[in-house]
Amino acid sequence: MRVEQISIFLENKSGRLAEVTNILAKVGVNIRALSLADTTDFGVLRVIVDQNEAAKQALKSHGFTVGKTEVLAVAVPDRPGGLAKILGVLESGRINVEYMYAFVQRSGDNAIMIFRFDELDKAIQVLTGAGVRVLKGEELYAL
Amino acid sequence: MIWNDEYETLPREALEALQLKRLRDLTDRVAATVPFYRRKLDQIGYKPGDIRTLADLQNLPFTGKDDLRDNYPFGMFAVPMERVVRIHASSGTTGKPTVVGYTRRDVDTWSELMARTLSCGGTTSKDIVHNAYGYGLFTGGLGAHYGAEKIGAAVIPMSGGNTKRQILIMKDFGSTILCCTPSYALNIAEVMTDEGVDPAALKLKCGLFGAEPWTEGMRREIERKLKINALDIYGLSEVIGPGVASECVEEKHGLHVFEDHFIAEIIDPASGRPLPFGEKGELVFTTLTKEAFPVLRYRTRDISRLIPTPCACGRTMMRMERISGRTDDMLIIRGVNVFPSQIEAVLMDIEGVEPHYQLIVSREGTLDVLEVQVEVNESVFTDEIKGLERLARRVEEDIKDLLTVSCKVRLVEPKTIQRSEGKAKRVIDNRKV
Repeated sequence: MRVEQISIFLENKSGRLAEVTNILAKVGVNIRALSLADTTDFGVLRVIVDQNEAAKQALKSHGFTVGKTEVLAVAVPDRPGGLAKILGVLESGRINVEYMYAFVQRSGDNAIMIFRFDELDKAIQVLTGAGVRVLKGEELYAL
Repeated sequence: MIWNDEYETLPREALEALQLKRLRDLTDRVAATVPFYRRKLDQIGYKPGDIRTLADLQNLPFTGKDDLRDNYPFGMFAVPMERVVRIHASSGTTGKPTVVGYTRRDVDTWSELMARTLSCGGTTSKDIVHNAYGYGLFTGGLGAHYGAEKIGAAVIPMSGGNTKRQILIMKDFGSTILCCTPSYALNIAEVMTDEGVDPAALKLKCGLFGAEPWTEGMRREIERKLKINALDIYGLSEVIGPGVASECVEEKHGLHVFEDHFIAEIIDPASGRPLPFGEKGELVFTTLTKEAFPVLRYRTRDISRLIPTPCACGRTMMRMERISGRTDDMLIIRGVNVFPSQIEAVLMDIEGVEPHYQLIVSREGTLDVLEVQVEVNESVFTDEIKGLERLARRVEEDIKDLLTVSCKVRLVEPKTIQRSEGKAKRVIDNRKV
């Protein structure tokens, strides 16, 4: 259920983001989900790709600082209240959310929310215990 | 205005005879009381009575900042701690500060020298001295303070910071003499303009500015903006603190070295060879009268030249030119000495931070700003913004704690900081001083 997310440190200089996407394109890596967190001086780009090793190697060889984080991909019913219900489950289970971001996919029933938790195992327990659908890595990469 | 007419106008032959006598006594004394000097003097086969002329000084060993560090904290003291009544410290090249000590007589000597310095700017017992040099371990604050008190002026112990309040007090108390770093003087002028205070309405007449290098251009700017005479003063803790040399208001060209207490030399920094008058090189001082912490031929790493020609003020003491640079990579930021190696030590201490860093020094308006660029490599990279921000804040806090200087840390991508063959270019100084 754990999904590998790649994070990349970027200075706030123009062209850095474009360079990352170019590098990934050159090695034939497809981006599944993406989020950019920024401050005045730098940003952290988080991506979920379909070939983790290839992506990491390519980025590192171009001098980028790359990290790896484990996150969860949760299926959120695509209707009003869908997300609220899941956040309610997390709150009852006293699970803290570090950050989250959504991405669309082709089939219309569910949106997919990427969550980063402090206590990943506990989060998996709490969510699956409440009947929330947590996607497996392979499912996600193949979407 | 000369504080100590008898000594400051001594004819050269009398002055040099006095220096020779004091140098002989000094060398014998340190050979007997300071293990470091005993070893060094044994190495050259020194025996009491070996010094017959002032030229023999050139045969004596040098003392460097590293020697002080190796003898940290009190290993270089020539008297038992019981006789030490004051301790001061300044930046060392690594984590440990450079420590200096004073006996009661040393404090009196220092007060005398600062009285001379302040008198160079016309200070008398009728004056109100506004002392904005930092009080504490730094020698500037208390040094100027004791000098002003010796003269009998009313000293206001402001220390640094709180510029608006400083200006209020200058206005209300009628400060007449200003003591602070030259860049702070410009900062005061700027805030005065912001606050709508006309410097002509204040009672300031003269300023004694030091603790950092500054140019003739800055002098003119300070004089124009604050409507005062601006004098350069010089000193360093290892030699005594401020009070080693001072410009006179009569000529404002070169700083008179108080030669009855210090012998100044200029050497070629690479070879250590003494250079003739007029040639630029590294300033070296020998302290003739200090009891607790005497030094032989202390290498300051400051670059200057000696001007032996007579001065209109009547002082017979030789002048040194204003400092034009350093032989090492030390920076002075808002009057505080900073060695890049100190920053390196802080970074190394923070787990995993590889010291690929660069210091960018600029002057924003009138005050120095230090930016520390640190490369984010994989071992420190964390996915969470707050983790990275915490790292930056931690580095800023540690630098502030250990070096007393504030900085802004900027995290940068790896390899953005230039690698170089041999010595890395750690510092980019954008200030045009």
